[in-house]
Amino acid sequence: MSVSNTVFPESPKWPEEGTSRVPFWAYTREDLYKKELDRLFYNDHWCYVGLDAEIPHAGDFKRTVIGERSVLMVREKDGSIHVVENVCAHRGMAFCRERHGNRDSLTCPYHQWNYSLSGDLQGVPFRRGVKQDGKVNGGMPADFKPSDHNLTKLKVATRGGVVFASFDHDVEPLEDFLGPVILGYFDRLFDGRKLKILGYNRQRIPGNWKLMQENIKDPYHPGLLHTWFVTFGLWRADNKSQLLMDTHHRHAAMVSTRGAAGKAADVTQVSSFKANMELNDPRFLDIVQEPWWGGPTAVMMTVFPSVIFQQQVNSVSTRHIQPDGHGAFDFVWTHFGFEDDSEEMTQRRLQQANLFGPAGFVSADDGEVIEWSQEAFETKPSHRALVELGGREVGDTDHMVTETLIRGMYEYWRKVMEAT
Amino acid sequence: MMDFKNYFELTQLYGDYASAVDAADWDAWPEFFIDDCVYKLQPRENHERGFPLSTLAFESKGMLKDRVYGIRETLFHDPYYQRHVVGTPVVRKVDADGRIHSEANYAVFRTRLSKESTVFNVGRTLDEVVRTPQGLKFASRLVIYDSELIPNSLIYPI
Repeated sequence: MSVSNTVFPESPKWPEEGTSRVPFWAYTREDLYKKELDRLFYNDHWCYVGLDAEIPHAGDFKRTVIGERSVLMVREKDGSIHVVENVCAHRGMAFCRERHGNRDSLTCPYHQWNYSLSGDLQGVPFRRGVKQDGKVNGGMPADFKPSDHNLTKLKVATRGGVVFASFDHDVEPLEDFLGPVILGYFDRLFDGRKLKILGYNRQRIPGNWKLMQENIKDPYHPGLLHTWFVTFGLWRADNKSQLLMDTHHRHAAMVSTRGAAGKAADVTQVSSFKANMELNDPRFLDIVQEPWWGGPTAVMMTVFPSVIFQQQVNSVSTRHIQPDGHGAFDFVWTHFGFEDDSEEMTQRRLQQANLFGPAGFVSADDGEVIEWSQEAFETKPSHRALVELGGREVGDTDHMVTETLIRGMYEYWRKVMEAT
Repeated sequence: MMDFKNYFELTQLYGDYASAVDAADWDAWPEFFIDDCVYKLQPRENHERGFPLSTLAFESKGMLKDRVYGIRETLFHDPYYQRHVVGTPVVRKVDADGRIHSEANYAVFRTRLSKESTVFNVGRTLDEVVRTPQGLKFASRLVIYDSELIPNSLIYPI
Protein backbone atom coordinates (compact mmCIF):
# COMPACT_ATOMS: atom_id res chain seq x y z
CA MET A 1 0.00 0.00 0.00
CA SER A 2 1.40 3.39 -0.91
CA VAL A 3 1.41 6.06 1.77
CA SER A 4 -0.31 8.55 -0.53
CA ASN A 5 -3.36 6.32 -0.40
CA THR A 6 -3.83 6.85 3.31
CA VAL A 7 -7.25 8.04 4.37
CA PHE A 8 -5.60 9.73 7.39
CA PRO A 9 -3.14 12.23 5.86
CA GLU A 10 -0.71 13.80 8.33
CA SER A 11 -0.41 17.16 6.61
CA PRO A 12 -3.42 17.35 4.35
CA LYS A 13 -3.74 19.99 1.66
CA TRP A 14 -6.87 21.95 0.89
CA PRO A 15 -8.32 20.79 -2.46
CA GLU A 16 -7.46 22.97 -5.43
CA GLU A 17 -11.02 23.86 -6.37
CA GLY A 18 -11.27 26.83 -3.99
CA THR A 19 -14.07 26.32 -1.53
CA SER A 20 -16.35 24.30 -3.74
CA ARG A 21 -14.72 21.24 -2.16
CA VAL A 22 -14.58 21.01 1.62
CA PRO A 23 -12.23 18.36 2.96
CA PHE A 24 -13.62 15.98 5.55
CA TRP A 25 -10.63 16.71 7.78
CA ALA A 26 -11.99 20.22 8.33
CA TYR A 27 -14.60 18.53 10.52
CA THR A 28 -12.49 15.84 12.18
CA ARG A 29 -9.17 17.32 13.31
CA GLU A 30 -8.95 18.14 16.98
CA ASP A 31 -6.00 20.52 16.42
CA LEU A 32 -8.00 22.53 13.91
CA TYR A 33 -10.92 22.59 16.27
CA LYS A 34 -8.78 24.11 19.04
CA LYS A 35 -7.59 26.69 16.55
CA GLU A 36 -11.21 27.45 15.66
CA LEU A 37 -12.00 28.03 19.32
CA ASP A 38 -9.07 30.45 19.60
CA ARG A 39 -9.57 32.32 16.37
CA LEU A 40 -13.32 32.24 15.86
CA PHE A 41 -14.87 31.99 19.31
CA TYR A 42 -12.30 33.63 21.63
CA ASN A 43 -10.83 36.34 19.38
CA ASP A 44 -12.02 38.85 16.79
CA HIS A 45 -15.66 37.75 16.87
CA TRP A 46 -18.79 38.59 18.78
CA CYS A 47 -20.55 35.54 20.20
CA TYR A 48 -24.17 35.23 21.24
CA VAL A 49 -24.88 34.91 24.96
CA GLY A 50 -28.61 35.52 25.26
CA LEU A 51 -31.54 37.89 25.29
CA ASP A 52 -31.80 40.65 27.83
CA ALA A 53 -35.37 39.53 28.58
CA GLU A 54 -33.83 36.43 30.16
CA ILE A 55 -32.40 38.58 32.96
CA PRO A 56 -35.03 41.29 33.47
CA HIS A 57 -34.20 42.22 37.09
CA ALA A 58 -31.11 43.50 38.87
CA GLY A 59 -29.12 40.52 40.12
CA ASP A 60 -30.57 38.12 37.54
CA PHE A 61 -28.04 35.91 35.83
CA LYS A 62 -27.92 33.24 33.15
CA ARG A 63 -25.10 30.76 32.74
CA THR A 64 -24.17 29.90 29.18
CA VAL A 65 -21.05 29.31 27.09
CA ILE A 66 -18.92 30.96 24.46
CA GLY A 67 -17.20 28.20 22.57
CA GLU A 68 -16.47 25.80 25.42
CA ARG A 69 -15.90 28.48 28.06
CA SER A 70 -18.55 28.96 30.72
CA VAL A 71 -19.76 32.54 31.10
CA LEU A 72 -22.39 34.36 33.13
CA MET A 73 -24.64 37.04 31.70
CA VAL A 74 -25.54 39.23 34.67
CA ARG A 75 -27.67 42.31 35.23
CA GLU A 76 -25.98 44.76 37.60
CA LYS A 77 -27.86 46.83 40.17
CA ASP A 78 -27.78 49.83 37.83
CA GLY A 79 -29.49 47.76 35.10
CA SER A 80 -26.39 47.33 32.95
CA ILE A 81 -25.55 43.92 31.52
CA HIS A 82 -22.19 42.30 32.16
CA VAL A 83 -20.67 39.06 30.98
CA VAL A 84 -17.98 37.43 33.12
CA GLU A 85 -16.20 34.13 32.84
CA ASN A 86 -17.41 31.46 35.26
CA VAL A 87 -13.92 30.75 36.55
CA CYS A 88 -12.93 31.85 40.04
CA ALA A 89 -9.78 33.98 40.03
CA HIS A 90 -8.44 31.93 42.94
CA ARG A 91 -8.37 28.23 42.10
CA GLY A 92 -10.11 28.35 38.77
CA MET A 93 -13.33 26.71 39.79
CA ALA A 94 -16.37 27.00 37.54
CA PHE A 95 -18.17 28.25 40.62
CA CYS A 96 -21.67 28.98 39.33
CA ARG A 97 -23.62 25.76 39.06
CA GLU A 98 -27.18 27.07 38.63
CA ARG A 99 -28.17 27.91 35.09
CA HIS A 100 -30.17 30.94 36.09
CA GLY A 101 -31.10 32.78 39.23
CA ASN A 102 -30.78 36.00 41.17
CA ARG A 103 -27.89 37.03 43.42
CA ASP A 104 -26.66 40.11 45.28
CA SER A 105 -23.13 39.15 44.39
CA LEU A 106 -21.19 36.19 43.02
CA THR A 107 -19.47 33.85 45.46
CA CYS A 108 -17.27 30.86 44.82
CA PRO A 109 -18.23 28.25 47.45
CA TYR A 110 -14.74 26.70 47.60
CA HIS A 111 -13.01 29.52 49.56
CA GLN A 112 -15.82 32.06 49.46
CA TRP A 113 -14.13 34.58 47.24
CA ASN A 114 -16.80 37.12 46.55
CA TYR A 115 -17.30 39.23 43.44
CA SER A 116 -19.64 42.04 42.51
CA LEU A 117 -22.20 41.31 39.81
CA SER A 118 -19.88 42.93 37.30
CA GLY A 119 -17.00 40.68 38.34
CA ASP A 120 -14.91 42.84 40.70
CA LEU A 121 -13.28 40.91 43.52
CA GLN A 122 -14.63 42.37 46.72
CA GLY A 123 -14.04 39.80 49.43
CA VAL A 124 -11.24 37.34 50.24
CA PRO A 125 -11.65 35.43 53.52
CA PHE A 126 -8.59 35.59 55.82
CA ARG A 127 -6.96 38.11 53.52
CA ARG A 128 -5.35 39.76 56.54
CA GLY A 129 -4.75 36.50 58.36
CA VAL A 130 -6.30 35.03 61.49
CA LYS A 131 -5.43 36.27 64.96
CA GLN A 132 -4.51 33.58 67.45
CA ASP A 133 -2.66 33.87 70.76
CA GLY A 134 -1.70 37.47 70.06
CA LYS A 135 -0.21 36.88 66.62
CA VAL A 136 -1.60 37.01 63.10
CA ASN A 137 -1.34 33.80 61.17
CA GLY A 138 -1.24 33.66 57.40
CA GLY A 139 -3.12 36.02 55.17
CA MET A 140 -2.40 37.20 51.68
CA PRO A 141 0.93 38.90 50.95
CA ALA A 142 0.99 42.64 51.73
CA ASP A 143 1.06 43.51 48.04
CA PHE A 144 -2.08 41.46 47.26
CA LYS A 145 -4.42 43.72 45.30
CA PRO A 146 -8.00 42.52 44.88
CA SER A 147 -8.33 44.51 41.67
CA ASP A 148 -5.69 42.25 40.09
CA HIS A 149 -7.96 39.28 40.65
CA ASN A 150 -11.32 40.12 39.20
CA LEU A 151 -13.29 37.62 37.16
CA THR A 152 -12.42 37.72 33.48
CA LYS A 153 -14.69 40.41 32.08
CA LEU A 154 -15.90 40.22 28.54
CA LYS A 155 -16.71 43.05 26.21
CA VAL A 156 -20.49 43.28 25.86
CA ALA A 157 -22.71 44.62 23.10
CA THR A 158 -26.48 44.66 23.18
CA ARG A 159 -28.76 45.55 20.33
CA GLY A 160 -32.52 45.15 20.06
CA GLY A 161 -32.58 43.02 23.21
CA VAL A 162 -29.86 40.59 22.02
CA VAL A 163 -26.67 40.29 24.05
CA PHE A 164 -23.32 39.48 22.45
CA ALA A 165 -19.98 39.24 24.20
CA SER A 166 -16.34 38.81 23.32
CA PHE A 167 -13.25 37.80 25.28
CA ASP A 168 -11.40 40.07 22.85
CA HIS A 169 -11.64 43.69 23.99
CA ASP A 170 -10.20 44.85 20.67
CA VAL A 171 -13.04 43.33 18.66
CA GLU A 172 -14.64 45.73 16.17
CA PRO A 173 -18.02 47.27 17.08
CA LEU A 174 -20.94 44.82 16.79
CA GLU A 175 -22.51 46.86 13.99
CA ASP A 176 -19.30 46.67 11.92
CA PHE A 177 -18.96 42.99 12.75
CA LEU A 178 -22.41 42.31 11.32
CA GLY A 179 -22.07 44.69 8.40
CA PRO A 180 -24.92 46.82 6.98
CA VAL A 181 -26.81 44.09 5.10
CA ILE A 182 -27.01 41.60 7.98
CA LEU A 183 -27.57 44.44 10.43
CA GLY A 184 -30.61 45.48 8.38
CA TYR A 185 -32.20 42.05 8.74
CA PHE A 186 -31.13 41.85 12.38
CA ASP A 187 -32.91 45.14 13.09
CA ARG A 188 -35.98 43.95 11.19
CA LEU A 189 -36.41 41.11 13.72
CA PHE A 190 -35.08 42.88 16.80
CA ASP A 191 -36.69 46.23 16.16
CA GLY A 192 -36.68 47.47 19.75
CA ARG A 193 -39.88 45.84 20.92
CA LYS A 194 -39.42 44.11 24.24
CA LEU A 195 -39.00 40.37 23.83
CA LYS A 196 -41.03 37.79 25.71
CA ILE A 197 -39.27 34.48 26.40
CA LEU A 198 -41.45 31.48 25.48
CA GLY A 199 -38.96 28.80 26.51
CA TYR A 200 -36.07 26.56 25.57
CA ASN A 201 -35.28 23.40 23.68
CA ARG A 202 -31.91 21.73 24.09
CA GLN A 203 -30.40 19.01 21.99
CA ARG A 204 -26.98 17.48 21.52
CA ILE A 205 -26.03 16.89 17.91
CA PRO A 206 -23.10 14.55 17.35
CA GLY A 207 -21.55 16.48 14.49
CA ASN A 208 -19.03 19.25 13.93
CA TRP A 209 -20.42 22.67 14.87
CA LYS A 210 -19.79 24.11 11.39
CA LEU A 211 -22.34 21.70 9.94
CA MET A 212 -25.08 23.64 11.70
CA GLN A 213 -23.89 26.92 10.22
CA GLU A 214 -23.82 25.18 6.84
CA ASN A 215 -27.29 23.74 7.32
CA ILE A 216 -28.70 27.26 7.55
CA LYS A 217 -26.51 28.49 4.70
CA ASP A 218 -27.87 25.74 2.50
CA PRO A 219 -31.17 26.63 0.82
CA TYR A 220 -30.82 23.55 -1.42
CA HIS A 221 -31.95 20.98 1.15
CA PRO A 222 -35.10 22.50 2.71
CA GLY A 223 -37.22 22.02 -0.40
CA LEU A 224 -35.98 18.44 -0.70
CA LEU A 225 -35.50 17.03 2.78
CA HIS A 226 -38.35 18.84 4.47
CA THR A 227 -41.72 17.64 3.19
CA TRP A 228 -43.58 20.29 5.14
CA PHE A 229 -41.64 23.08 3.49
CA VAL A 230 -42.08 21.86 -0.06
CA THR A 231 -45.66 20.63 0.24
CA PHE A 232 -46.99 23.74 1.95
CA GLY A 233 -44.80 26.12 -0.06
CA LEU A 234 -43.02 27.48 3.02
CA TRP A 235 -39.54 27.10 1.57
CA ARG A 236 -38.80 25.74 -1.84
CA ALA A 237 -36.81 26.40 -4.95
CA ASP A 238 -39.49 28.39 -6.76
CA ASN A 239 -40.03 30.84 -3.91
CA LYS A 240 -38.87 34.40 -4.46
CA SER A 241 -35.62 34.59 -2.52
CA GLN A 242 -32.36 36.34 -1.93
CA LEU A 243 -29.13 35.06 -0.44
CA LEU A 244 -27.08 37.83 1.09
CA MET A 245 -23.73 38.00 2.90
CA ASP A 246 -21.55 40.45 4.75
CA THR A 247 -18.40 41.57 2.93
CA HIS A 248 -16.34 38.84 4.66
CA HIS A 249 -18.88 36.20 3.59
CA ARG A 250 -19.00 34.82 7.12
CA HIS A 251 -22.55 35.87 7.98
CA ALA A 252 -25.56 35.34 5.77
CA ALA A 253 -29.26 35.94 5.43
CA MET A 254 -31.51 33.62 3.47
CA VAL A 255 -34.55 35.71 2.66
CA SER A 256 -37.58 34.09 1.15
CA THR A 257 -41.23 34.76 0.50
CA ARG A 258 -43.73 31.97 0.68
CA GLY A 259 -45.12 31.08 -2.71
CA ALA A 260 -48.04 28.98 -3.78
CA ALA A 261 -48.32 25.63 -2.14
CA GLY A 262 -49.10 22.68 -4.35
CA LYS A 263 -47.69 21.33 -7.54
CA ALA A 264 -45.19 23.07 -9.78
CA ALA A 265 -43.25 21.47 -12.60
CA ASP A 266 -39.64 21.46 -11.39
CA VAL A 267 -39.73 21.73 -7.68
CA THR A 268 -42.33 19.17 -6.76
CA GLN A 269 -40.96 16.23 -8.70
CA VAL A 270 -39.21 15.20 -5.51
CA SER A 271 -40.11 12.31 -3.31
CA SER A 272 -40.69 14.57 -0.34
CA PHE A 273 -43.52 16.43 -2.09
CA LYS A 274 -46.80 14.93 -0.94
CA ALA A 275 -49.50 16.09 -3.32
CA ASN A 276 -52.32 14.64 -1.24
CA MET A 277 -51.05 15.61 2.16
CA GLU A 278 -53.56 17.52 4.21
CA LEU A 279 -53.30 18.36 7.84
CA ASN A 280 -55.90 16.91 10.16
CA ASP A 281 -55.45 20.01 12.24
CA PRO A 282 -54.50 23.10 10.23
CA ARG A 283 -53.57 25.07 13.35
CA PHE A 284 -49.97 23.96 12.84
CA LEU A 285 -49.87 26.39 9.94
CA ASP A 286 -52.24 29.12 11.00
CA ILE A 287 -50.01 31.78 9.48
CA VAL A 288 -50.84 35.43 10.02
CA GLN A 289 -48.83 38.16 8.31
CA GLU A 290 -47.18 40.57 10.74
CA PRO A 291 -46.46 44.20 9.90
CA TRP A 292 -42.75 44.00 10.76
CA TRP A 293 -42.11 41.32 8.12
CA GLY A 294 -42.19 43.91 5.35
CA GLY A 295 -42.48 41.23 2.67
CA PRO A 296 -40.38 38.13 3.37
CA THR A 297 -42.07 35.27 5.22
CA ALA A 298 -38.80 33.68 6.25
CA VAL A 299 -35.42 35.14 7.05
CA MET A 300 -32.78 32.75 8.34
CA MET A 301 -29.68 34.56 9.55
CA THR A 302 -26.39 32.85 10.31
CA VAL A 303 -24.14 35.02 12.44
CA PHE A 304 -20.72 33.43 12.45
CA PRO A 305 -19.69 31.50 14.44
CA SER A 306 -22.17 31.11 17.25
CA VAL A 307 -25.80 31.78 16.43
CA ILE A 308 -28.71 31.50 14.06
CA PHE A 309 -31.66 33.87 14.14
CA GLN A 310 -34.83 32.32 12.86
CA GLN A 311 -37.95 33.83 11.43
CA GLN A 312 -40.07 31.19 9.76
CA VAL A 313 -43.50 32.74 9.36
CA ASN A 314 -44.74 33.37 12.93
CA SER A 315 -42.08 31.32 14.66
CA VAL A 316 -39.07 33.30 15.86
CA SER A 317 -36.14 31.95 17.82
CA THR A 318 -32.44 32.10 18.46
CA ARG A 319 -30.42 28.93 18.00
CA HIS A 320 -27.17 28.94 19.94
CA ILE A 321 -24.30 26.73 18.74
CA GLN A 322 -22.25 25.47 21.70
CA PRO A 323 -19.38 23.32 20.41
CA ASP A 324 -18.01 20.49 22.53
CA GLY A 325 -15.03 18.90 20.87
CA HIS A 326 -14.72 18.61 17.11
CA GLY A 327 -17.47 16.03 16.81
CA ALA A 328 -20.42 17.40 18.78
CA PHE A 329 -22.26 20.52 19.77
CA ASP A 330 -25.17 21.44 21.93
CA PHE A 331 -27.88 23.33 20.15
CA VAL A 332 -30.01 25.56 22.35
CA TRP A 333 -33.19 27.07 21.01
CA THR A 334 -34.74 30.10 22.69
CA HIS A 335 -38.20 30.76 21.34
CA PHE A 336 -39.58 34.20 21.96
CA GLY A 337 -42.39 36.55 21.09
CA PHE A 338 -42.91 40.25 21.50
CA GLU A 339 -44.37 42.18 24.35
CA ASP A 340 -47.24 43.46 22.21
CA ASP A 341 -48.27 39.99 20.98
CA SER A 342 -51.91 39.12 21.54
CA GLU A 343 -52.68 35.85 23.30
CA GLU A 344 -53.69 34.43 19.90
CA MET A 345 -50.31 35.38 18.44
CA THR A 346 -48.50 33.76 21.37
CA GLN A 347 -50.48 30.55 20.85
CA ARG A 348 -49.74 30.71 17.12
CA ARG A 349 -46.00 31.03 17.75
CA LEU A 350 -46.16 28.09 20.17
CA GLN A 351 -48.09 25.97 17.67
CA GLN A 352 -45.71 26.74 14.82
CA ALA A 353 -42.83 25.82 17.15
CA ASN A 354 -43.91 22.22 16.46
CA LEU A 355 -42.05 22.53 13.16
CA PHE A 356 -38.77 23.35 14.89
CA GLY A 357 -36.48 22.06 17.61
CA PRO A 358 -35.21 18.54 18.27
CA ALA A 359 -38.59 16.93 17.56
CA GLY A 360 -39.82 19.42 14.98
CA PHE A 361 -41.67 18.32 11.85
CA VAL A 362 -38.92 20.09 9.92
CA SER A 363 -35.86 20.54 12.12
CA ALA A 364 -35.57 17.04 13.56
CA ASP A 365 -34.23 15.92 10.17
CA ASP A 366 -31.42 18.46 10.24
CA GLY A 367 -29.79 17.00 13.33
CA GLU A 368 -30.06 13.55 11.85
CA VAL A 369 -28.35 14.41 8.56
CA ILE A 370 -25.59 16.26 10.40
CA GLU A 371 -24.91 13.16 12.49
CA TRP A 372 -24.77 10.97 9.38
CA SER A 373 -22.34 13.35 7.68
CA GLN A 374 -20.02 13.39 10.69
CA GLU A 375 -20.19 9.62 10.87
CA ALA A 376 -18.77 9.34 7.35
CA PHE A 377 -16.25 12.20 7.76
CA GLU A 378 -14.62 10.34 10.64
CA THR A 379 -14.12 7.22 8.55
CA LYS A 380 -12.19 8.92 5.73
CA PRO A 381 -10.87 12.42 6.49
CA SER A 382 -8.89 12.45 3.24
CA HIS A 383 -12.09 12.72 1.22
CA ARG A 384 -14.08 15.90 0.56
CA ALA A 385 -17.63 17.19 0.29
CA LEU A 386 -18.88 18.89 -2.84
CA VAL A 387 -20.41 22.36 -2.74
CA GLU A 388 -20.93 23.31 -6.37
CA LEU A 389 -24.59 24.03 -6.82
CA GLY A 390 -24.82 27.40 -8.54
CA GLY A 391 -21.15 27.36 -9.56
CA ARG A 392 -17.82 27.60 -7.79
CA GLU A 393 -17.72 31.29 -7.04
CA VAL A 394 -19.05 33.26 -4.09
CA GLY A 395 -21.60 36.05 -4.30
CA ASP A 396 -25.09 37.20 -3.38
CA THR A 397 -27.91 35.74 -5.45
CA ASP A 398 -31.57 36.44 -6.17
CA HIS A 399 -32.53 32.77 -6.05
CA MET A 400 -31.88 29.83 -3.79
CA VAL A 401 -30.62 27.21 -6.20
CA THR A 402 -27.05 27.60 -5.01
CA GLU A 403 -24.58 26.69 -2.28
CA THR A 404 -22.79 30.02 -2.52
CA LEU A 405 -23.19 30.81 1.19
CA ILE A 406 -21.28 27.69 2.23
CA ARG A 407 -18.52 28.50 -0.22
CA GLY A 408 -18.45 32.00 1.21
CA MET A 409 -18.14 30.75 4.77
CA TYR A 410 -15.21 28.51 3.86
CA GLU A 411 -13.51 31.33 1.99
CA TYR A 412 -13.54 33.25 5.26
CA TRP A 413 -12.67 30.20 7.33
CA ARG A 414 -9.63 29.39 5.20
CA LYS A 415 -8.39 32.95 5.50
CA VAL A 416 -8.75 33.13 9.28
CA MET A 417 -7.55 29.58 9.89
CA GLU A 418 -4.73 29.93 7.36
CA ALA A 419 -5.80 26.60 5.95
CA THR A 420 -3.94 26.00 2.73
CA MET B 1 -61.05 7.75 46.14
CA MET B 2 -60.91 4.90 43.65
CA ASP B 3 -61.83 1.23 43.81
CA PHE B 4 -59.56 -1.59 42.76
CA LYS B 5 -61.36 -2.24 39.48
CA ASN B 6 -60.93 1.35 38.34
CA TYR B 7 -57.33 1.44 39.47
CA PHE B 8 -56.67 -1.78 37.60
CA GLU B 9 -58.15 -0.24 34.47
CA LEU B 10 -55.94 2.80 34.94
CA THR B 11 -52.78 0.70 35.21
CA GLN B 12 -53.86 -1.21 32.11
CA LEU B 13 -54.20 2.11 30.25
CA TYR B 14 -50.66 3.09 31.22
CA GLY B 15 -49.34 -0.34 30.29
CA ASP B 16 -51.20 -0.51 26.99
CA TYR B 17 -49.99 2.95 26.01
CA ALA B 18 -46.38 2.02 26.71
CA SER B 19 -46.60 -1.23 24.80
CA ALA B 20 -48.22 0.51 21.82
CA VAL B 21 -45.51 3.17 21.50
CA ASP B 22 -42.79 0.57 22.11
CA ALA B 23 -44.29 -1.63 19.40
CA ALA B 24 -44.37 1.36 17.02
CA ASP B 25 -48.11 0.86 16.65
CA TRP B 26 -48.68 4.42 15.50
CA ASP B 27 -52.30 3.85 14.46
CA ALA B 28 -53.08 2.87 18.04
CA TRP B 29 -51.35 5.85 19.64
CA PRO B 30 -53.94 8.61 18.92
CA GLU B 31 -56.72 6.26 20.04
CA PHE B 32 -55.52 6.43 23.63
CA PHE B 33 -56.82 10.02 23.62
CA ILE B 34 -60.19 11.71 23.37
CA ASP B 35 -60.73 13.94 20.31
CA ASP B 36 -60.33 17.16 22.21
CA CYS B 37 -57.11 16.17 23.89
CA VAL B 38 -53.80 17.69 24.86
CA TYR B 39 -50.44 15.97 24.43
CA LYS B 40 -47.34 17.92 25.33
CA LEU B 41 -43.73 16.92 25.63
CA GLN B 42 -42.04 19.63 27.61
CA PRO B 43 -38.61 20.15 29.19
CA ARG B 44 -38.83 20.25 32.97
CA GLU B 45 -37.05 23.60 32.85
CA ASN B 46 -39.85 25.24 30.88
CA HIS B 47 -42.50 23.57 33.03
CA GLU B 48 -41.01 24.73 36.31
CA ARG B 49 -40.09 28.24 35.15
CA GLY B 50 -43.54 28.86 33.70
CA PHE B 51 -42.39 29.05 30.08
CA PRO B 52 -45.14 27.80 27.76
CA LEU B 53 -42.89 26.34 25.04
CA SER B 54 -43.09 22.59 24.54
CA THR B 55 -40.89 20.38 22.39
CA LEU B 56 -44.13 18.95 21.02
CA ALA B 57 -47.47 20.64 21.67
CA PHE B 58 -50.52 18.90 20.27
CA GLU B 59 -54.02 20.08 21.07
CA SER B 60 -56.28 17.64 19.27
CA LYS B 61 -56.37 14.04 18.15
CA GLY B 62 -55.97 15.44 14.62
CA MET B 63 -52.56 16.78 15.56
CA LEU B 64 -51.57 13.37 16.90
CA LYS B 65 -52.58 11.86 13.56
CA ASP B 66 -50.52 14.50 11.77
CA ARG B 67 -47.56 13.42 13.86
CA VAL B 68 -48.15 9.81 12.90
CA TYR B 69 -48.10 10.84 9.25
CA GLY B 70 -44.86 12.69 9.94
CA ILE B 71 -43.26 9.65 11.56
CA ARG B 72 -44.25 7.45 8.67
CA GLU B 73 -43.85 9.73 5.69
CA THR B 74 -42.00 12.95 6.25
CA LEU B 75 -39.45 12.75 9.08
CA PHE B 76 -36.18 11.34 7.83
CA HIS B 77 -34.51 9.71 10.78
CA ASP B 78 -32.39 6.87 11.96
CA PRO B 79 -34.81 4.08 12.80
CA TYR B 80 -34.78 3.11 16.45
CA TYR B 81 -36.55 1.00 18.99
CA GLN B 82 -37.79 2.62 22.11
CA ARG B 83 -38.56 0.84 25.35
CA HIS B 84 -40.57 2.46 28.11
CA VAL B 85 -40.28 1.50 31.75
CA VAL B 86 -43.23 3.15 33.46
CA GLY B 87 -43.73 3.34 37.21
CA THR B 88 -46.96 2.59 38.97
CA PRO B 89 -49.37 5.48 38.46
CA VAL B 90 -50.09 7.64 41.46
CA VAL B 91 -53.66 8.94 41.62
CA ARG B 92 -53.64 12.50 42.87
CA LYS B 93 -57.32 13.31 42.63
CA VAL B 94 -60.60 12.09 41.18
CA ASP B 95 -63.11 14.77 40.24
CA ALA B 96 -66.84 14.41 40.93
CA ASP B 97 -67.38 13.61 37.23
CA GLY B 98 -64.86 10.78 37.44
CA ARG B 99 -61.91 12.55 35.80
CA ILE B 100 -58.73 11.01 37.19
CA HIS B 101 -55.65 13.13 37.81
CA SER B 102 -52.70 10.77 37.90
CA GLU B 103 -49.00 10.69 37.18
CA ALA B 104 -46.19 8.23 36.68
CA ASN B 105 -42.42 8.23 36.32
CA TYR B 106 -40.92 6.84 33.16
CA ALA B 107 -37.61 6.03 31.54
CA VAL B 108 -37.24 5.44 27.82
CA PHE B 109 -34.30 3.56 26.38
CA ARG B 110 -33.35 3.99 22.76
CA THR B 111 -31.75 1.31 20.65
CA ARG B 112 -30.55 2.28 17.21
CA LEU B 113 -29.67 -0.35 14.65
CA SER B 114 -26.13 -1.66 15.20
CA LYS B 115 -25.78 0.53 18.29
CA GLU B 116 -25.87 -0.01 22.03
CA SER B 117 -28.98 0.75 24.06
CA THR B 118 -28.88 4.09 25.84
CA VAL B 119 -31.04 6.10 28.19
CA PHE B 120 -33.00 8.33 25.83
CA ASN B 121 -35.41 10.32 27.94
CA VAL B 122 -36.59 10.26 31.55
CA GLY B 123 -39.30 12.15 33.38
CA ARG B 124 -42.88 11.86 34.44
CA THR B 125 -46.30 12.16 32.88
CA LEU B 126 -48.99 14.38 34.40
CA ASP B 127 -52.24 12.93 33.18
CA GLU B 128 -55.96 13.51 33.13
CA VAL B 129 -57.96 10.41 32.31
CA VAL B 130 -61.68 10.25 31.54
CA ARG B 131 -64.12 7.40 31.06
CA THR B 132 -65.61 7.02 27.60
CA PRO B 133 -67.83 4.31 26.09
CA GLN B 134 -64.57 2.82 24.74
CA GLY B 135 -62.98 2.72 28.17
CA LEU B 136 -60.50 5.05 29.86
CA LYS B 137 -58.81 7.63 27.61
CA PHE B 138 -56.33 10.41 28.14
CA ALA B 139 -57.88 13.86 28.02
CA SER B 140 -54.49 15.34 28.71
CA ARG B 141 -50.99 13.95 28.89
CA LEU B 142 -48.15 16.29 29.82
CA VAL B 143 -44.84 14.52 29.45
CA ILE B 144 -42.36 16.51 31.51
CA TYR B 145 -38.83 15.33 30.89
CA ASP B 146 -35.81 15.77 33.14
CA SER B 147 -33.35 14.98 30.37
CA GLU B 148 -31.38 18.15 29.77
CA LEU B 149 -30.40 17.34 26.23
CA ILE B 150 -32.31 15.39 23.64
CA PRO B 151 -29.76 13.06 22.05
CA ASN B 152 -30.02 14.61 18.60
CA SER B 153 -33.67 14.16 17.76
CA LEU B 154 -36.89 12.78 19.09
CA ILE B 155 -39.20 11.32 16.48
CA TYR B 156 -41.60 8.92 18.20
CA PRO B 157 -44.00 9.90 20.96
CA ILE B 158 -43.03 9.22 24.55
